[in-house]
Amino acid sequence: MNNMSATITTTISTKAPAMNQPKISARGVQVHYGDKHALKDVSIEIHPRSVTAFIGPSGCGKSTFLRCLNRMNDTIDICRVAGHIAIDGEDIYDPKVDPVQLRAKVGMVFQKPNPFPKTIYENVAYGPRIHGLAAKKADLDDIVASALQRAGLWNEVKDRLHAPGTGLSGGQQQRLCIARAVAVSPEVILMDEPCSALDPIATAKVEELIHELRENFTIVIVTHSMQQAARVSQRTAMFHLGNLVEVDDTDKIFTNPDDQRTQDYIMGRFG
Amino acid sequence: MTDVSVVAERGKVSQPKSILAIDARTRRRHAAEARFRLMGKIAVAISILALVGLLASILTNGLTSFRQTYVTLDIYLDPAKLDKQGNRDPEAIAKITTFAYAPLIQKALTDAMAAKGIAVEGVNAKRAVELISKEAPATLRQYVISDPAVIGETISFDLLASGRIDGYYKGRVTKESAQLDRNISPEQLLLADELKQAGLLATRFNWDFFTAPDASDTRPEAAGLGVAVLGSAYMMLIVLVLSLPLGVAASIYLEEFAPQNRFTDLIEVNIANLAAVPSIVFGILGLAVFINFAGLPQSAPVVGGLVLTLMTLPTIIIATRAALKAVPRSIRDAALGVGASKMQSVFHHVLPLAMPGILTGTIIGLAHALGETAPLLLIGMVAFVRDYPAGPPEGFFDPASALPVQVYSWTQRGDPAFVERASGAIIVLLVFLVAMNLTAIILRRRFERRW
Repeated sequence: MNNMSATITTTISTKAPAMNQPKISARGVQVHYGDKHALKDVSIEIHPRSVTAFIGPSGCGKSTFLRCLNRMNDTIDICRVAGHIAIDGEDIYDPKVDPVQLRAKVGMVFQKPNPFPKTIYENVAYGPRIHGLAAKKADLDDIVASALQRAGLWNEVKDRLHAPGTGLSGGQQQRLCIARAVAVSPEVILMDEPCSALDPIATAKVEELIHELRENFTIVIVTHSMQQAARVSQRTAMFHLGNLVEVDDTDKIFTNPDDQRTQDYIMGRFG
Repeated sequence: MTDVSVVAERGKVSQPKSILAIDARTRRRHAAEARFRLMGKIAVAISILALVGLLASILTNGLTSFRQTYVTLDIYLDPAKLDKQGNRDPEAIAKITTFAYAPLIQKALTDAMAAKGIAVEGVNAKRAVELISKEAPATLRQYVISDPAVIGETISFDLLASGRIDGYYKGRVTKESAQLDRNISPEQLLLADELKQAGLLATRFNWDFFTAPDASDTRPEAAGLGVAVLGSAYMMLIVLVLSLPLGVAASIYLEEFAPQNRFTDLIEVNIANLAAVPSIVFGILGLAVFINFAGLPQSAPVVGGLVLTLMTLPTIIIATRAALKAVPRSIRDAALGVGASKMQSVFHHVLPLAMPGILTGTIIGLAHALGETAPLLLIGMVAFVRDYPAGPPEGFFDPASALPVQVYSWTQRGDPAFVERASGAIIVLLVFLVAMNLTAIILRRRFERRW
């Protein structure tokens, strides 16, 4: 308990300045998986250059909502999304929007580290290459190096860029996946429980990295760890049974939530 | 109250037990496992015995076909008989039939026997020449036509011994069986032994078995697999070139792009059913569509290749779809997550990972097609073909045979020498199949190494 209050104080001290223009705004989002009503009328605003954490018990729809933000749900046949989601005021479900282009703007890091079975270099270079971000080999080398530096992996892998990415440790693999997402220069990075498969030391490194990335990117992270939400995020959204229970500044959610369900979940009474 | 009593009962049952004593239930479980292991071992033993028995019978019957008995003679190619005008005109020489060559061989044999002082009572010159294959004059004629300059010279020539003499040195014919045989007498066998002692007759490795075309019923010693090997090779080429791209493209579309609806479900069921359709049905289809409707020639590798392609496609599609399905979703997500299009994610990431499975499926499909006989019978590939098909691609339309069909047609013939040939052909076919399966394994290993 002492630990937790300590981390909360740090979060308060690192709290981002107030934002006026939301990066992402969602209104009345409904998601159906076949007959299952997975998300019910979710409306939320996500602030730029800050970390927003989604918390809630398993199956509450937080990952589903995250995957709506870069239209990864499009790849699931039975999934239907209704409502309005805008990034910088542009509707991402507009028929004119190409999800492929959207995903270059909204990168994603998954629950299990999933590097391509290729070299470390190729893993990071793949995105920039398909989007034509580098004209020359030297440019691509620069992009790869800076992405790996931003992901805090450069010093560990600079001598073995052409070794297989799958040969790294779990934590390194996850940071490689973050580097891969960063290399495309997205504006938003979605992270779906990025630390759930990692040990505490690797988790600490990824959290540190999230802190640094916040300066340049808008980050949305789904997490099952209350402490992690408290440590890394400025705002927290609580989901329960497909509903958005409440969303507020992280310190407020963890000290004085408005909703009884949030209170119970944080205290470990359910979930 | 009831709860309390249940708890009490349980408490009674779970008395502290020694782990050193094995209880009856554990013993029964171990016995069941031991029984299962024994049955497994028996099943494996039966399969191995069956395989060993099969291989042993094929090898004992067929290995002898790789050796052949030859009679070596110095033959004087008499210009008076082979080139009456004396101007070495190839057309005139080509008009001379094998009847002119037979006496040359007979004379050479008589001279050789006289020189070595070989004579066996009851075997005159006419009977003696029966030791040499009826194919020999034709071989000699072919040699002279290909090079008319040799006329007038004396050439040392290896002539095929007749099927009976060959059989004598392979244990198929004995002096006892020869007494009942119209085609050979014990005296002739005696002569063969004398010739062998004089070094005129020898048994050695038989390259002609792999290169020579088929031969007629009375000349089993001359029959070879040349046309069948070529025909099978052409068909495999056609099957590979057609079924691999078609099958892989169809599978990728069905697995990755096609919407999940009734229509695609129907296609899926039909593909699974096609894989189980008896191969002879494909033969009827080939006859009706490719020969009768499309007007392609009979007995041609192109038709065989097309029919076998149809047969192989379902196998390849099923194997490819299984390989694609086995690629974890996380890899597709990873590619889509950095903004790859669906096609990029499939071709850059999913397909390379599925490659070992696709290749294995393809090669197994090809191996299956290589051994397929029934559909080829229906499209006329069982015909007696003595002319080699031309080089590809024209050769695809020339009549040819195929390895399994050759086996089938040889087993239909009367002379026991053909049984030996058929077993030899089976060995060749098996070597091809093993080689293909080995290729599949090696390719799979190599691609899997690339993590």
